[in-house]
Amino acid sequence: MTATLHELHEAPPRAMTSRLEGELLEVSLGPQHPSTHGVFRMNVALDGEIVRKLKPVFGYLHRNHEQIAESTSYLGSMPYTDRLDYFCSMTNNWAYALSVEKLAGIEVPERAEYLRVILAELTRLQNHVSLLGFLLSDMGAWGTPLMYAFREREKILGLLESLSGSRMMCDYMRFGGCRVDAGDDWISHAKKVVADFPRFLGEFEKLILENEIVINRTQEVGKLSAELAINAGLTGPILRASGVNYDLRKIDGYGFYPRFKFRVPLGDHGDCYDRLMMRALEMRESLNILKQAFDQLPGGPIMNPKVKIRAFKPPAGEAYGRIEGPKGELGFYLISDGAATPYRYRVRPPSFINLTVLEDMCLGHTVADVMVILGSIDIVMGEVDR
Amino acid sequence: MVSPEQIKARAETAVPGAKIEIIANGSPANQPSLLIDREHARTVVQFLRDDPALQLDFCSNVTGVDWLDRTATTKVKVKTLVDGEEKEIEQAQVETLPGYLEAVYHLYSMALKHGPVIVRIRTADRANAVHLPSLTPLYRSAEFQEREIYDLYGIRFDGHPDLRRILMWDEFVDHPMRKDYVPPDDFEYEPTPHDEVLARAKEHYTVRPSSDGAETLTAQA
Repeated sequence: MTATLHELHEAPPRAMTSRLEGELLEVSLGPQHPSTHGVFRMNVALDGEIVRKLKPVFGYLHRNHEQIAESTSYLGSMPYTDRLDYFCSMTNNWAYALSVEKLAGIEVPERAEYLRVILAELTRLQNHVSLLGFLLSDMGAWGTPLMYAFREREKILGLLESLSGSRMMCDYMRFGGCRVDAGDDWISHAKKVVADFPRFLGEFEKLILENEIVINRTQEVGKLSAELAINAGLTGPILRASGVNYDLRKIDGYGFYPRFKFRVPLGDHGDCYDRLMMRALEMRESLNILKQAFDQLPGGPIMNPKVKIRAFKPPAGEAYGRIEGPKGELGFYLISDGAATPYRYRVRPPSFINLTVLEDMCLGHTVADVMVILGSIDIVMGEVDR
Repeated sequence: MVSPEQIKARAETAVPGAKIEIIANGSPANQPSLLIDREHARTVVQFLRDDPALQLDFCSNVTGVDWLDRTATTKVKVKTLVDGEEKEIEQAQVETLPGYLEAVYHLYSMALKHGPVIVRIRTADRANAVHLPSLTPLYRSAEFQEREIYDLYGIRFDGHPDLRRILMWDEFVDHPMRKDYVPPDDFEYEPTPHDEVLARAKEHYTVRPSSDGAETLTAQA
């Protein structure tokens, strides 16, 4: 006798989907995933494809940067700040140098301030352009946009390398100035890179920002209100995409930024498309600043000769210095007790704090949108985990 | 920009009973801070946030600082009899200052574009009374940063919605940013059930002095 299906005594096992009916499915996204921009994990509770809960998990790259800095000299931390946000070592250097200069009351020569502005804006350009490439890659546009972005980024990294000796770990700035001077050939080369950049940018904007798929995937996704953005301490392009006019280059006027004419782009909707757009518009403004900086660049020394950067002992006290990094407000909080090592050294990492509202942005969206939202925040795990 | 003295006066009239102390800053940065007592910290900071003249709506940086027990030597002039003559002699007086943990908040105003106003709250000591009121109900930006302080310094923030370790792993027991922290020799060491079994087994050993000595080695291990 052969058993046919309807003669079976036991009911067949229920399908996988029906077993989870009415329950949330918990998924661990990451830590090893190309879309998580490093070793970053999210515990997500899913209802079908919709995100109902999201808890980020940090610490895979934690090496207690702050404790290491508290056991070394002030100068010794300078190369280590490169490793925080390894895309933007120049701005990390500047934020740290600025805080130490505040702590000890150090003047910076004019040419050094101009060089700092030039290098910070070049860093902003290459950070934003690679972010756009990564974001497209996260959305599934494998290869082409990222390679275009990296081709241009490599030209800027070449400039950084010829000046500082390293593509990404520049270690260029010192308290009271910069390490090496930029020669005339470097300036003319940099001018050429900056002059060629808008052509690429126009092409890239056409490729990305007018693309129908990109518009469908990013508009009305991950919306964030201005009130929540301020309360959650968001800074940088994400904050301005929500329509809050807060750019430290204008507010604090550090460096020589008040000498340059530039606009602060603001978004209307606070969604992912606005955040993309912020990066594209900021690059245009950075190019403006760079052109003005090359025109105004004065001669003169690049280091304040009074500063003893070795055996450096600032007076007892504390200082908090901050700059507008490509990812947001990058701050260093230093407490000195008069010794050669800082008593307290604290990094205010913009991408760590910008992740505070990741859950709020993702709720109600699909898993695929989570990757777009995470990509639009622009995180680097070297800075998040420290 | 409102001066710290004005902020102190305004906050103390708005929040009765609050004790605010201005901590001077010796560096050229000129960033004095306000030390607020634990009981009134949240009400005072809420006043700072909602006061129309201050509007400190943006809490930028939140961090912890560990202050160990310190000895401060102050020179006091004491009148003593030296060789039958009364003289003023400088005498060093050593005073022990108890240690504490400190949470520091850098507040800015995005609406009025001023700041920073630096707020400090201190715990009673470093051992048991390490509770501070959480400011996360006022500023979401403090959420992860207070978790980080709890993780690295061990300050318990009362009223925090989700106070867990954030950078160290959950099973970690100490607070590594404290100044007296000593890292373990072996980070990978984990007590296993095997160790408990060994410890229990050790209780059953009896030391027998007559044998070849191997038993005593086991018993003392």
